Amino acid sequence: MSATIATSQQLARAAAKRPGLVETNARRWFWLAVVVLVLLATILASLMVGSRDLGIGRVLDALFAYDDSDEHVIVIALRLPRTILGLGVGLALGTAGALIQALTRNPLADPGLLGVNAGAYFAVVVGVGAFGLSGIGGYIWFAFAGAIVTTVLVYLVGSAGRGGGTPVRLTLAGVAIGAVLSGISAGITLLDPGTFDRLRHWAAGSLVGQSHETILVTFPFIAAGLLLAFVVARPLNAVALGDDLALSVGVSVRRTRVVVILATTLLAGAATAAAGPIGFVGLMVPHLARWIAGTDQRWIFAYTAVLAPILLLAADIVGRLVLRPGELQVGIVTAFIGAPVLIALARRRRVSGL
Amino acid sequence: MSMLPATINFGHRAQALRPFGGRLSRLIGIRRMVVCAGLVVLALGFGLLTLASGDFPVPLGEVFRALVGQAEPSVQMVVVEWRLPRAALALLLGAALGLSGAIFQSITRNPLGSPDIIGFEAGAYTGALLVMVALGGGYLMVAGGALVGGLVTAALVYGLAWRHGVQGFRLIIVGIGVSAMLTAFNKFMLLRAQLEVAMSAAMWDAGSLNGLGLDRLLIAALLLLVLIPASLLLARPMAQLEMGDDAASALGISAERTRVLLMVLGVALIATVTATAGPIGFVALVAPQLARRLTRAAGVALLPSAAMGALLLVAADYLAQRAFAPTQLPVGVVTISLGGMYFAWLLVAEARRQ
Repeated sequence: MSATIATSQQLARAAAKRPGLVETNARRWFWLAVVVLVLLATILASLMVGSRDLGIGRVLDALFAYDDSDEHVIVIALRLPRTILGLGVGLALGTAGALIQALTRNPLADPGLLGVNAGAYFAVVVGVGAFGLSGIGGYIWFAFAGAIVTTVLVYLVGSAGRGGGTPVRLTLAGVAIGAVLSGISAGITLLDPGTFDRLRHWAAGSLVGQSHETILVTFPFIAAGLLLAFVVARPLNAVALGDDLALSVGVSVRRTRVVVILATTLLAGAATAAAGPIGFVGLMVPHLARWIAGTDQRWIFAYTAVLAPILLLAADIVGRLVLRPGELQVGIVTAFIGAPVLIALARRRRVSGL
Repeated sequence: MSMLPATINFGHRAQALRPFGGRLSRLIGIRRMVVCAGLVVLALGFGLLTLASGDFPVPLGEVFRALVGQAEPSVQMVVVEWRLPRAALALLLGAALGLSGAIFQSITRNPLGSPDIIGFEAGAYTGALLVMVALGGGYLMVAGGALVGGLVTAALVYGLAWRHGVQGFRLIIVGIGVSAMLTAFNKFMLLRAQLEVAMSAAMWDAGSLNGLGLDRLLIAALLLLVLIPASLLLARPMAQLEMGDDAASALGISAERTRVLLMVLGVALIATVTATAGPIGFVALVAPQLARRLTRAAGVALLPSAAMGALLLVAADYLAQRAFAPTQLPVGVVTISLGGMYFAWLLVAEARRQ
């Protein structure tokens, strides 16, 4: 009898210890500050590196003592918007991934892998191809519509049947529906050269060549999505315990689900409208955040919000370096870095580890 | 004199054939034969349609005359030199895809375990691209590169998915991850390559039969006329392998050797297709399953899968050519769009059954 109690206590202690490299809140704040510093360094690097490398002094001059020299124009007109876009898109994709992973308790969830980005892209292609929309102010609504319809569709297909949705089935449903939608998108763009020309630069996911308007239009939606995410973080902690327990501590599971889906749609839709379909950011970063900070969603979201832009900007910088003087689109780099994470997750003993 | 009763109930109507004075004995399922014959007739019909239709319509009688070399030179050129390679390649490559899919679905005992899902096709494409970009070899070298790429990928995916045996869903998720990485790498190589190489490679990036000439047809036909009969010879051992290694061994089959042989043949088939027409997705996934449903067989079978694959690819290619004329879509776009829908349906159906 006493042996059993001891074991269960040990188990409880082990369970409390298991999550997170960092165990106290003070240390979590400390490491969050460290990560923020890394983010600042990444931003600086993103301003410095390119087909024409600039020293840190030049970049700071351009930011704070602007004159009209070529180098300053490169920094302010080309690299700064691109970096800001990367910040916003990374933030949005990472948080969307953390939200979907928490809601579906699925470690393999990612807006790219679940087909949400492909759905948003498909809707944009339809908008541009069939209705002749141009300008992000018009087609962002299509991106939202595509994102939400795909999210619901994947969820329905993935959780059909009595067993409900296992992580693997949900992922497969996302891959299947994503494949259909990207196939049709590719067909439409190939049929209509005009659409192809207008969309080709971000078909693979790219931060290049977007106007200031893109940032102005998409960032309010990303901000709204982030706000919803942080509001819903606490209820998500309760939902992680199971629907019944969540109800008993006074959390409306249904309302939480609706808010999460809304936030995911805003974030993934806006990110796709801004930079094209980019995968794997939302898969990797929440795992990294959980690994560092443990299982509290509030800390996961906070770390994700800092780590995801680091990842996206770093991938963008890598993309600028490997093909000099050309560039590799950021979506290709994130897929190359992110796919091994998917493989590692699939190799774990239990795929449902949340 | 046979001691067997006059009729044995095999669970389906069957006819025993004993040619050569009973030295060879084969049980032929009636339904299976009818289905196979029907599929072949339909596939050939679509092939004829491909030969007859286009910007320059040729009546069917003229098509036959051209095929035996008795038409006017201009008709002869259109039918035999322009359209025949395409129609014949669609039939042959489709059969190869169906076979390859059936082989891997049988080995993994999972309908989702087909080579286009688990990354072998992407691997074959990587091998072909490496040869094209780095060595600039001819078609045979490209085919060799595709074979090596496919085999290495197969070994890699199996190795990574191995954990006290290979479990179906883990294999598929690992395959999706490897596939995503290879696809990213392929795009990187395309962007790095010189323009001429990149253009010719990009043409078959989506899987296309456009612009394939008689020279390609001859080499591909030679390869496939070896590979397809060789795989069909293994149909019986493959079916016995599905009963489990022990039962198969008891029936006199070397389980490991048969499996390795089947895998090499399956990869060689998919590599030939990829080297010829690029990665054509989802035919290998869909054909064996549709054939199994039509023949009401217990497992996937090689001959019906090959017939179904030929029909699917030739029909999809006809659609890709004619549906949006004058624009010609890559056939891969059509197969991905339609096959992906089937994939999603398959997931729902599987979930229902459990």
